[in-house]
Amino acid sequence: MEHRAGIEWSAQTSYVARADFNALIDALLNHGYIVVGPTIRDGAIVFGEVQSDRDFPVGATDVQDGGKYRIGEHTAPTLFSFAASPHSLKTYLYPSRSLLYSAHGSSGNFAVDAPAPQTPARYAFIGVRSCDLHAMNLQDKVFLEGAYVDPGYKHRRENAFLIAVNCGKPAGTCFCVSMGTGPKAPPLFDLALTEICDDSGHYFVVECGSAQGSAILACVPHRPAEATELHAAQEVVRGAERAMGRKLDTTDIKELLYRNAESPRWEKVADRCLSCANCTMVCPTCFCSTVEDTTDLTGAHAERWRVWDSCFTIDFSHIHGGSVRKSGSSRYRHWITHKLASWQDQFGASGCVGCGRCVTWCPVGIDITEEIAILRQTETDHETLPEEQGNARD
Amino acid sequence: MLATKDVKQLISEHEFLRGMDPKHIATMSEFAKLKVVHENEYMFRIGEEADCCYLIRDGCIAIEVRHPSRGPVTIQTLGANKVVGWSWLTEPYKWQFDGRALALTRGVCLDSKQLREACEKDHEFGYQLLSRFVPVIADRLEATRIQLLDLYAP
Amino acid sequence: MNSPIADPMLPRPFRIQSVRKETTDTFTFELAHPEEGSQNGFEPGQFNMLYVFGVGEVAISISGDSAEPGKLIHTTRAVGTVTQAMARLKPGQVIGVRGPYGRGWPIDDMQGQDIVVVTGGIGLAPLRPLLYRVLANRGRFGRVVLLYGARTPNDILYKKELERWRGRFDMEVLITVDRSTGGWRGHVGVVTQLISGAPFDPYHATAFICGPEIMMKYSVDALTKRGLPSERVYVSMERNMKCAVGFCGHCQYGPKFVCKDGPVFPFTEVKRLLDIWEV
Repeated sequence: MEHRAGIEWSAQTSYVARADFNALIDALLNHGYIVVGPTIRDGAIVFGEVQSDRDFPVGATDVQDGGKYRIGEHTAPTLFSFAASPHSLKTYLYPSRSLLYSAHGSSGNFAVDAPAPQTPARYAFIGVRSCDLHAMNLQDKVFLEGAYVDPGYKHRRENAFLIAVNCGKPAGTCFCVSMGTGPKAPPLFDLALTEICDDSGHYFVVECGSAQGSAILACVPHRPAEATELHAAQEVVRGAERAMGRKLDTTDIKELLYRNAESPRWEKVADRCLSCANCTMVCPTCFCSTVEDTTDLTGAHAERWRVWDSCFTIDFSHIHGGSVRKSGSSRYRHWITHKLASWQDQFGASGCVGCGRCVTWCPVGIDITEEIAILRQTETDHETLPEEQGNARD
Repeated sequence: MLATKDVKQLISEHEFLRGMDPKHIATMSEFAKLKVVHENEYMFRIGEEADCCYLIRDGCIAIEVRHPSRGPVTIQTLGANKVVGWSWLTEPYKWQFDGRALALTRGVCLDSKQLREACEKDHEFGYQLLSRFVPVIADRLEATRIQLLDLYAP
Repeated sequence: MNSPIADPMLPRPFRIQSVRKETTDTFTFELAHPEEGSQNGFEPGQFNMLYVFGVGEVAISISGDSAEPGKLIHTTRAVGTVTQAMARLKPGQVIGVRGPYGRGWPIDDMQGQDIVVVTGGIGLAPLRPLLYRVLANRGRFGRVVLLYGARTPNDILYKKELERWRGRFDMEVLITVDRSTGGWRGHVGVVTQLISGAPFDPYHATAFICGPEIMMKYSVDALTKRGLPSERVYVSMERNMKCAVGFCGHCQYGPKFVCKDGPVFPFTEVKRLLDIWEV
């Protein structure tokens, strides 16, 4: 995957001045979208509703490393000089809580209530990163492309307007280049922006990916991008490719994980892992859910809610007689093996998009790229005599 | 049926001794006798001298242990073509469980003292016999281990 | 390929026609389709999601006759919150049903073969539809052997039916219990021990197994020892299940989703996984 050809640039790109950025937001609002973009909340850059560029994290950047996230100051008043946030499209397209149905009756009899007539929100997302578009594409495989379709997801997905941003400033935990999922956004967007802020000015090079995209762009002052402007945009992406904070060698990775199912390494990870489930909550492809049943005090009204779940909880694998995956080591192994190996068997693609969120948000800094490197190293250790080994690892 | 065949023939036909050299079959038939155990009759009791190795032709022997409050607990049942008893192989040559017939059971009883002597005298015979016992013992050990897992427990 | 937009998570209410107590903690429901005369076709080995109002939902294999799709039959062991609530339901009351789901036993592909069913505990329930199918088309198969293990004689399911099957001349039924204290006159020992002496031709037989994982693993060992290749063994797996349609992720068994890839698997598909701890 490492050597996959880069995503091509559109034959036609447009120039939109920074000064006209608000016109883009206005166009979306005028088309009836709820506009969601990057905002600062609780010390992190997260998706939130925006009305204008004043809601954006102007001049802000982020500093990310294993178990670490800080907002920092960028050298220029940019709108998108940061990497993956704890939020991804999943937050909106696959909400953490959703009502499956309500029913009324008693234990002896019941009827499912007709669903309330919906006036579902239409969201426009500004600042969707390449890794997140890939992640959305993976969740599509789960919820749209199997024998059964999740109607709620389908609806939200079809009504989403997606404005991608090609990353210019990856974080220390990014490794999308290794996973073949960035930094250049794949053509799943309606519009894609590349932000340029240098001596020549502050502007966006815009690619159009759909008819809706063109319609919105038509409402924003723009002109065809000059060759120098397109070149500057391409340099932004090339710079991001070179600035990846981490890398993960995906060679033969499915087999690597399958043959290491009983590696002693899992115990080492489990010693650190708190089973807090953060990695699964921030992962943009993790799709597991559970169901909660509630009744009101009279017992005559019941609801079933679908809520995000995590394979790190003990109950996740409960069958009569107890949980299948009782040990922390088996749960971590399940997660990483699913992400990097069994996803390929299940959906024909890796379940990891290299966004680095699981590394950043792990309270103890467990690092998916490091674990894979260690598994590989452990295998080669077996082929070397002990005295040839380097320093002993933990 | 049983009466019309001689002991030697019955031994040679038994699955447990399949492929055994005819001369060894002849050796065993010298100290073999027919034995019928009636329904509910004990064939042997725990602590008694293990004087016999029993080749079941048909019927069923239950291996039981007496439980102070639950009465006899059946641990295993052995039917046609199975062999009962290896307590005679190791000291102190005493039965470790009770053996009770659940139905009319017919078979051949080999005298265990003479079996041991024959093994001692003719190591080839001893080897042939033990190489048939070891898989049986291994099989029952495995079964016991699986049973210990209490697979269907609530 | 895609089903219509109908929400796959919505249950249909079925009325409980009868409840039969099988053992101290196991019971069988017969359910009637909400629309009179409607049928709920299924393949042997498939399962339904059963919903108890306000309590929750649980995956239960279908244990009735696929030739009588008007009657929906489920045998359940009351071991969790939902199944214990189910055990309190009475005839006339209503239960939610979604399904049928999953891949069943490939019995129709096995014509001419000896059919060996190895099962333990409540594992007999998902195999009963297979036996119905085989017996209804008896001439198409070779010998039919049912090997069934239970914990104690009191834990044996479908006793009357087993008696009836035992009385047939064209079927061999061997039952064993792990331990017995009372008047049990049958086999005592684990179900795997029945395999060595069971009357089937290992070179022309297919085996169908359902029970605890360890039991299935040792059963395959014993079958292989008899000469039946593991390529002709099918097993039914169990994992936690919330949605049954591939959304919730709970039933993953290595790369398999038990809900849509299983619950019935060719043994060779899961062999690697059965040997690994806590998959």
